[in-house]
Amino acid sequence: MKRLSVILLLLNLVVATSAQKYMTKNGYVGFFSHTAIEDIKADNNQAVSVFDTASGEMVLQVLIKSFHFEKALMEEHFNENYMESDKFPKSVFKGKITNPASVDFSKPGKYDVTVEGDLNIHDVTKKISVRGTIEVIKGGINATSKFNIVPEDYKITIPGVVRDNIAKNLEVTVSLKYSPVENK
Amino acid sequence: MRRIIPLLFSLLISVSIFAQDDLMDLLNENTKPEINYATATFKSTRVMNGHSIERMPPGQLDVRISHRFGRVNSGAYEFFGLDQSSIRLGLEYGIFNWLMVGLGRSSYEKTFDGFAKFTILRQSSGARVMPVSVSLFSSIAITSVKWSDTSRTNYFSSRLSYVHQILIARKISQSFSLQLTPTFVHRNMVATEIDPNDLFAFGAGGRMKLTKRISLNAEYFYLVNPRQYMSQQVYNPLSAGVDIETGGHVFQLFFTNSLAMIEKGFIGETTGSWLKGDIHFGFNISRVFTLKK
Repeated sequence: MKRLSVILLLLNLVVATSAQKYMTKNGYVGFFSHTAIEDIKADNNQAVSVFDTASGEMVLQVLIKSFHFEKALMEEHFNENYMESDKFPKSVFKGKITNPASVDFSKPGKYDVTVEGDLNIHDVTKKISVRGTIEVIKGGINATSKFNIVPEDYKITIPGVVRDNIAKNLEVTVSLKYSPVENK
Repeated sequence: MRRIIPLLFSLLISVSIFAQDDLMDLLNENTKPEINYATATFKSTRVMNGHSIERMPPGQLDVRISHRFGRVNSGAYEFFGLDQSSIRLGLEYGIFNWLMVGLGRSSYEKTFDGFAKFTILRQSSGARVMPVSVSLFSSIAITSVKWSDTSRTNYFSSRLSYVHQILIARKISQSFSLQLTPTFVHRNMVATEIDPNDLFAFGAGGRMKLTKRISLNAEYFYLVNPRQYMSQQVYNPLSAGVDIETGGHVFQLFFTNSLAMIEKGFIGETTGSWLKGDIHFGFNISRVFTLKK
């Protein structure tokens, strides 16, 4: 009897600490394009993301206009010609860690995960599956991932004259430093 | 057993609290509304001849080469004006995100010009709503042609003229932008006594995007000063043409009845008339370099 109550107490503790939501409002999402002609890099440090450790679900949202480029002209073209950011102001990812059981959110450490979900860019939704790392640290969780996307998959058309300036595959980097959501 | 029940109960609660609310709601609650600025109201810092509300972003240098050829009605012997050309070379630079400056040299009256353009308001929606973008433009032009009359005392100040404009624009839709440009021109010296030193003009310009990279532009300045008080017949400048954007270049190709490429020239000194066929083919080429990241 005593043992059962101890187990329950422990279980309760585990649930109470792990069934927690984490959030970041200044996550990083960037992409990089390398061609023989030029390198293009854009950074966005205003990604908002929520992560639920209990279910392994996560959502991530970025404003397209918050991507910043080295050259102002690139930024203008990105918003005006490619992303049409007045029409489609944000990009959203809704997904889930496929193997949440393999991560022990109560124990600091690094865990490899696979995240699957729907990525919406330029009003086109695609299922993606990417590999990433979850690092449980004291008072937070860091999540990082690197993956490739093809602009044409999202109906982003790149005209012939600049086709050689922009890589076929863009390398996307995501780095999120979550902290626990205060419970109301 | 009595101890276990509350524990079980608390376990139940701790699970249910978190599982219910949608992650997306939480995310949206924590996303603060952004100010959404209208970008690329015009493709270039010029509508055609005159300035648009657009400025160079900080650290970017715009190297501009502009040509106006001769009059189309000059006939086949002059290759419809293409045998002659008037040039302006310009270096224009963004200093802050509200200030750009520029220097230029026109072959027209061998004129040097310098200008500053200030961004006052930016059209925006979202967290802050602003219906229009407003810029102020001020320029000074110095002609350097040899004095026509060397027998009298010529002052350097006689070479100067000033232009001030309020540029008010709105990107009405994704493809259509309109600009109104009240203009004041002061010439220190004019040709004859009856010519006014101060000119007032009201400009209007617009662009209509045909594709993502090509737009149709037009621009007109209405000179308010009565024409009978001018020693030569001047016309209101009207220009129409296209903007073509490639990677780092903007090409503006158009037809206009004015030869000068600076405000002081095309507003007060346009002697060509569209109706008589005094039309010049012209182009502006803009190439942007990033000097400071």
